[in-house]
Amino acid sequence: MNPRWQPLSVRWVHYWAWFTFAWALLVVSIGGLVTSKGVGMAVPDWPTTYGYNMFFFPISQWTGGIFHEHVHRLVASLLGLWTIVLAVGLQWGAARRWVRALGWLALGLVVVQGVLGGKRVVLNAVDVMGIPGSIFFGVLHATTAQVFLSLLATLVLGTSATFNEWLATREASEPRGGVEPRMGASLACMAGLVFVQLTVAASMRHQHAGLAVPDFPLAYGRLYPSTDSATLAAINQRRTGVVDDAPVTAFQVHLHMVHRFVAVVLVAGAAWTWRRAARLGRGSRLAVRAWTGLFAVQFALGAATVWTNKAADLATAHVAVGASILAVGVALATMRLLGERPVRMAFGPCGATDAFIKPCATVAVGRPA
Amino acid sequence: MKQFTSIAALAAGATTLFAGDVTGTVTLKGTPPPEKPIAPLMADVNCGKAAKGTVTTRHYVVGSGSGLGNVFVYVKAGLDGKKFDVPATKPVIDQVACLYEPYVTGAQTGQAVEIRNSDAFLHNVNFMKSEAGNTTFNFAQGAGAKPVDKTFPNQEVFVKLQCNVHPWMFGYIGVVSNPYFAVTDKDGKFTLKGLPAGKYSLAFKHLKAGEVIQEVEVKDSGATVAATLEVK
Repeated sequence: MNPRWQPLSVRWVHYWAWFTFAWALLVVSIGGLVTSKGVGMAVPDWPTTYGYNMFFFPISQWTGGIFHEHVHRLVASLLGLWTIVLAVGLQWGAARRWVRALGWLALGLVVVQGVLGGKRVVLNAVDVMGIPGSIFFGVLHATTAQVFLSLLATLVLGTSATFNEWLATREASEPRGGVEPRMGASLACMAGLVFVQLTVAASMRHQHAGLAVPDFPLAYGRLYPSTDSATLAAINQRRTGVVDDAPVTAFQVHLHMVHRFVAVVLVAGAAWTWRRAARLGRGSRLAVRAWTGLFAVQFALGAATVWTNKAADLATAHVAVGASILAVGVALATMRLLGERPVRMAFGPCGATDAFIKPCATVAVGRPA
Repeated sequence: MKQFTSIAALAAGATTLFAGDVTGTVTLKGTPPPEKPIAPLMADVNCGKAAKGTVTTRHYVVGSGSGLGNVFVYVKAGLDGKKFDVPATKPVIDQVACLYEPYVTGAQTGQAVEIRNSDAFLHNVNFMKSEAGNTTFNFAQGAGAKPVDKTFPNQEVFVKLQCNVHPWMFGYIGVVSNPYFAVTDKDGKFTLKGLPAGKYSLAFKHLKAGEVIQEVEVKDSGATVAATLEVK
């Protein structure tokens, strides 16, 4: 069904999902900026802001790092509100049960994420399993954000009339997959590896050690840097930035190198995916190839982040594009996996079985009659 | 036995009676990286107005004769088992024009350190992480706020203070369990006052250049020490 033929009252859920996704990406970007600038503790209390209800904190005091941290909190609070609207709207405007269920999951996750953000502040100095709270909660907060964004991307997909029509057509047709390659599993693997990469990246960023390896493509002039104590001591003697980062450790150097290695693997995987996508239908092919293009952009941003000594705007763009790659990858993998399922579950009257697997070609968006 | 104890006590008292000043200079060997202008400070709406001229980082303060400033000098060994009263005086760390002044200071364990804000705007003072188990803190200090006293019960070189509102602001405190410590001036000179006669290990610790240990024998006339840190 073409979205234009649906009533606005149904279409708005899809538009709202898009809006919420874009808003969440904004929140992730501002969060990335907070970490890039090292101002996560500029507001030392939570849920209050310097003792104020955060919504009434005087604008005149939004200075320096307070501005970034406080704006992050406000925009994130609004994201919670938008997610409530989305979750409720989905119960009425989404055809498939799994989409409606994901709406509630998103609502739960945004609440958890808000609490994690607060814990990142108030438990900053508390060790958790031997890990400083600033790192433990910081990494958890960052990775939960990625999961949440991916969930919203899946909801954008799940509320799309075009996707639902495409899926219903595939569910109702036999045989499937004879011409197109089965890419769902490989896309899911790629998305999984991207998540690992983002977790490594979050760990690097939240250790506030700056650039553990300051040159690229080499590492301290070598393919793999030495990490003996004398070398590290010499390295740390010359780490004299404006922000006085903590001394770099061997673990951080190895972590940085893992990040680079996984980046190379991902770019190679993206090139392979781009090639395999040639036999997909036009819409899927364009979507998958646009996604693989993001990997090239991300690789360039990573290099630029090193070359500019982690300029805050570039580092933040690197975070935002990384989050987008994961979110779009999860949505694409979901799309392909659903479209490539065996057809055995696809028959039966619309609405008679679990909406997660039932075909519903005539009711693409909106509750089945 | 009683007589022996009295003699021992007298001997110990005599040792503290014969005390001298340890003076010296710490020099830097090698060429340190150049200091960088703190661009975000000068771009900040408040700090930019408060700053006088171009403000640079203070990682390596090298003066005449390659003297190295901001080196924390303290007695690392030789005072084992001795207890020291906590001084009533308070070292002061002030926040001036979006910098901590002084950049490096020292305190004895249990001694109060007074933290002030002389700026006309808010800073937060964040003691982020303690390797020695001292209690971390993060508090706001607005314009005109009362000074805040903080104490550190455990020896820790260095306690690191940071303002997250102005993330280039760092200040350091060397906290040791004895009163014999000093911070070198811009020419690398220091004085440890009233160190009892005896043999000691002196530590010279710099934030970037690292640490060297040097043995010294203090007589009632004091001692003179020259230490060198190297940047590679």
